[in-house]
Formats: sequence, C-alpha cells, structure tokens
Amino acid sequence: MRLLEAVRLALRTIRAQKLKSFFSLIGVLIGVTFLIAVVSIVQGMNRYMVDRFANTLVGANTFELRQRPGITSGNVSEETWLAWRRRPRISYADADEVRGRVRTPASFAKFCEDRVAVHYEGRTAKDIHLVGTEASYFDIRNYRITAGRAFTPAEVATTAPVLVAGYELAQRLLPNLDPVGKTVRIGGLPYRIIGVVEKQGALFGLSLDKFAVMPFSAPGRRLICPINILDALIVKTADPTSMQQAMAETEAIMRSHRGLKPWQGNNFDFQTAEGALGMWRKISAILFVALPGLVAISLVVGGIVIMNIMLMAVSERTREIGVRKALGARRRDILAQFVVESATLSAAGGLLGIGLGLALAFVVKAATPLPAAVAPWSVVVGLVLGVGVGVVAGVYPASRAARLDPIVALRAE
Amino acid sequence: MSEVIRIRELSREYRMGEERILALRTVTLDVRRNEYVAIMGPSGSGKSTMMNLLGCLDTPTGGEYWLNGQEVSRLTDDELARVRNREIGFVFQTFNLLPRATALHNVELPLVYAGARVRERRERAVAALERVGLANRLEHRPNALSGGQRQRVAIARALVNDPSILLADEPTGNLDSATSEEIMRVFGDLHAGGQTVIMVTHEPDIAAHAERVVVLRDGRVESDQLTRGAAA
Repeated sequence: MRLLEAVRLALRTIRAQKLKSFFSLIGVLIGVTFLIAVVSIVQGMNRYMVDRFANTLVGANTFELRQRPGITSGNVSEETWLAWRRRPRISYADADEVRGRVRTPASFAKFCEDRVAVHYEGRTAKDIHLVGTEASYFDIRNYRITAGRAFTPAEVATTAPVLVAGYELAQRLLPNLDPVGKTVRIGGLPYRIIGVVEKQGALFGLSLDKFAVMPFSAPGRRLICPINILDALIVKTADPTSMQQAMAETEAIMRSHRGLKPWQGNNFDFQTAEGALGMWRKISAILFVALPGLVAISLVVGGIVIMNIMLMAVSERTREIGVRKALGARRRDILAQFVVESATLSAAGGLLGIGLGLALAFVVKAATPLPAAVAPWSVVVGLVLGVGVGVVAGVYPASRAARLDPIVALRAE
Repeated sequence: MSEVIRIRELSREYRMGEERILALRTVTLDVRRNEYVAIMGPSGSGKSTMMNLLGCLDTPTGGEYWLNGQEVSRLTDDELARVRNREIGFVFQTFNLLPRATALHNVELPLVYAGARVRERRERAVAALERVGLANRLEHRPNALSGGQRQRVAIARALVNDPSILLADEPTGNLDSATSEEIMRVFGDLHAGGQTVIMVTHEPDIAAHAERVVVLRDGRVESDQLTRGAAA
C-alpha cells in the first residue's frame, strides 16, 4: 500500500473519532507547544537582550572602567564583594591618566550617577536618574537633542549649573511648558534646563526617559559623587577590535598608574555590553539544557498515550484487520497501516503544537515587552518529533495487528 | 474442463493442550472450472475448517491443495495473502464491509492490496458494482444500505480481482428469504457467466441452487452428488 493511501486512510479514521484522537495526541501537543513557545521566547529574549538591553546599558563598542563590576552574573560571595568594596575608587587622576595615554582613537566621559528628586514650582519628579558627566557623553550614548542644546566642554570647565532633561522628566515636571530655560531644583540647588533628549522608550517595561544629565563638575555633584571620585570612566571606540585594544591599553595604564606588581590582580574592572549579557547567557543556557528534558518527558507521555490508543484501536478493529487480511493484506500492509495511522495522529499533534506554540509566543509578545522570534529549526524539530513519536509508539500495536490470525480476527465481535 | 481445485488427502489437526482434534481427515476433492458447489454438513462436521483451508486463511497439517495449478498448502503468510488477493473472492455471512468506507471504497480494497493504480481501481470497482446492480449506490456507506445491498457490495468486492473461485460462507445466513433468493439469483448469474462458485451452507434450500452438493460429516466427505437442478 502506498504511503499516501495509508495517510489518507489514517486521516479518515482520525476524522471519524475526533474527540478521542484529540485526547490521544494531547501529550505530543503539549510537548511541541512547549518546545516552540520556549524556543521562540528565549530567542526573542536573546535578540532583545543583545540589541536593546546590553547596548542600552553599556552601548556598542563601549566599555566602562569601574571600581567593581556594575552588573554581576550569578552569585557573588560576600568575601568577593568585600574585596571589591575595598578597592580604590576611580579618581579624576585615574581617568585623566587613561585619557591622556590611550593611543587607540576613542571618546571618553567621566561618569557619576544616582537617583534623585527634581523639583519645579511645587511639583516633584522622584526617582530621576541623575548623571554627572562630560559633553562627550551625549555622543557616546547617541542621545539626540530635540529641544535646546547639550552642554559644552566650556560649561563643564566652568562648572555651570545646567541640565539636559530626559523626555519623560520634561513631560512630568513641566507639562505643557517649554522646558528649555526653566529652572528646576535638585537638592536645593537651582539648575537651568538647556535641552531635552529624544524619547528613548522602555526596557522591560521600565522607562528609559526618567533621567537628567549635568556636568560632573556642577555644584550639585556632591549629591551623586564625592569630589575627585567617579563611578566610571566611559570609553567608546569605533569598532569591537579597537575596543579590545583600548581596553588592553587601559588595563596596562591603570596597573602602572596604581603601581600594581605583576602578581597582584587588577583592583579595577571593566564593564562591557558582552559582560552585561553574561547573566542572561547563563539563564538561557539553563533553559536550553532544561528544555530537551521537559519536551522529552511530555513526548514520552504522549507516546505512551498514543500507544495505548493504538492498542485499543487494534482490538476494536480486529474484525476489520481480519477482513483486510482475507482480502489480501500482507503483514507489512497491516503494519504500515497502523504505524502510519499512529504517526499521522502524532504528527497532527505536532502541527497543532506548532500552531499553539507560535500563538503562545505571539501572545507573550503582545502582552509583555518581551519580543518573540520564531526559530525555524524549532518548527522542523517539532514536526520531526511529532512524526517520530507516532512511529515509535505505533510499532508495537501495529505489529500485534499484523500478527493477528485472520480466522480468529474474522470471528471477533 | 480443467480443475481449479485439486485436493488430495487433506487433513487438519488442532491441538488443544494435550488433546488432538482432527477437524478434517484425508479429504479428497476436485472442483472444475465454472462448477457451482455447495458444501454442507452439520456443525462440527469440518465445514468451517474446509472453508478456511479453501480460502487460504489456514494451512493443512497434511495432504495437498492445488489452487489454479499452484500448490498452496505450504505457503508462507505473505504468499497466502497474495493468493487470497488474486485467486479468492470471499463473501461472508456478516458481509464484513468496512463501516466507515463507501461502497466504492469497500470494493476497491482488494485492488489496493493488489497494488492497482487509483484510476484502474475506481474503474474496476465501478464495473463490479454495476455487475451486482448497485451502480447508483457507489457513495453510500454500509449503514445506508439494506442487507441485500450490503451483501451485493460484498459480492462486488469478491469479484473485483477476477478470482478463480468465489467462496461464500453462509451468504444468506443474515438475510430474509426474499433477499436470500435475490442473492442466490446474483450467484446464479455469476455462475452462468463462467464464475466458479463454492458456497458453504447448512440450509438445504440454499444448497439446492448449486449444481453439486458435497456433504461433510466428522471431517470426511459423506456424499458428493449432483443436484436435480444440475441434472435438468
């Protein structure tokens, strides 16, 4: 019997018993759904983390020289943590030494940050990310100014009390007003808003527009960093190669500047986009390790269910098998019929699972800020697994059917 | 006329634990082409065993069975399946149609196992259904057909591969007498058209339609006579 014939026969049988067929393929359905949904979501997350998260937090081709890692992956022991805290902070002198000696073309920005409240005529915007930095910061972050202007190196040098506001800060604090030229107060000190940064959007549902940028030297710096202390020196280069080069140079410069002996470890750290991804990479690795196990369990359960359903089908249709044998079906014809039926049933489960998995991924995409990227390989794997489970689960019932004695089978009720 | 069936000292023994039951003992029988034979006998006479052996559903424990010039008593399962497919057309008491398949599909079934192409299958199945007068019931399922119509579908299915013998097991056992007559007329027509027919029955009225009656008793041929109909 040709395969197509067998598949058509199988589909007819499945159609005739829709509900029973549905329940029998539910295990495969769940397994494949899970596979597709998790892979899609993880892949989407992956893309999101690489494109948005890491590059937003740190920036492409950019590294930060810090006292200790800003974003850590995994558990850090208390000892390590204390050791990190005992390291010297990054000083102005450190930053200037690096800036003066790195040969790779790069832009540099001293950087301090904290969360503060900003006031304007009785209104308050809380939890604003206040950054103290240099004029180069706007280029490094790719901030486009939509109103007014950024501050200048001259304003940094003269410690001018000026402020460039993030989009949401301007909207919240100064609704329906032109923010440029308004004076707001931070920690009791007046700052003049000179510009507004283009809307940045959100990350994991958190706004990226609740910030303000001022010269690191501005009067309010004590709010975010003590004098002569920086949170980081940000270094941006043109491409990944020159970033590695600049990082190596910086490491050497810092070691010599701080007089570290060859056997001593670095008492500073670098933060890169890649580093920020470390945690995520660990999580996704765990998911990808756990996924096959979970999928395998549901497929095994699904296979057992299908096998039982097929055994039932064989005993229910004993007479049919007898008739077919009387009419000239060979063992292999009966075997093929039931294996194909089982595989078709299971493949239907796989197809439904693919559909449901995709739907689930898109629901997650629509309902949360997480994107979903469908991996074509997962669809192929889903389908292959669907058919494979059916074939494996179908062989035993089918071989029982094929071995039936036609005389006995014809006598069955 | 040549012999389509040549049986020599055929026997069939069953073992039930320690006990041996000889269901058929050294039966010798020839059936010529285009004969119409009824096999009769009380229950336990070996009728069913004979039927199963003739239909190549079972193999004998002794003796020879030549069907259409081929010795079939020592064939493997798959070879027997092929013989059933090509040489034998079964008609059962309970029709044994596939309930979810249409009349046409039921009749096509032997051709599926013969490996015929879809178009040829359809053409031959339609022709077979026309022969039994069901050209207008191709797409009906068995439960939409009367008992007589179902049995005629089964006959069409038995005929579709041009078998050497049409083997009917109590073909009217589930039918009322009017319908039985109708089915017997179909058998008569097929016989008149050259078909070899072997029918197992315990009803003398039905056996009377045949031209030869073989009576079995205790696994042996008790009598083998031409009927009055055949003599006339």
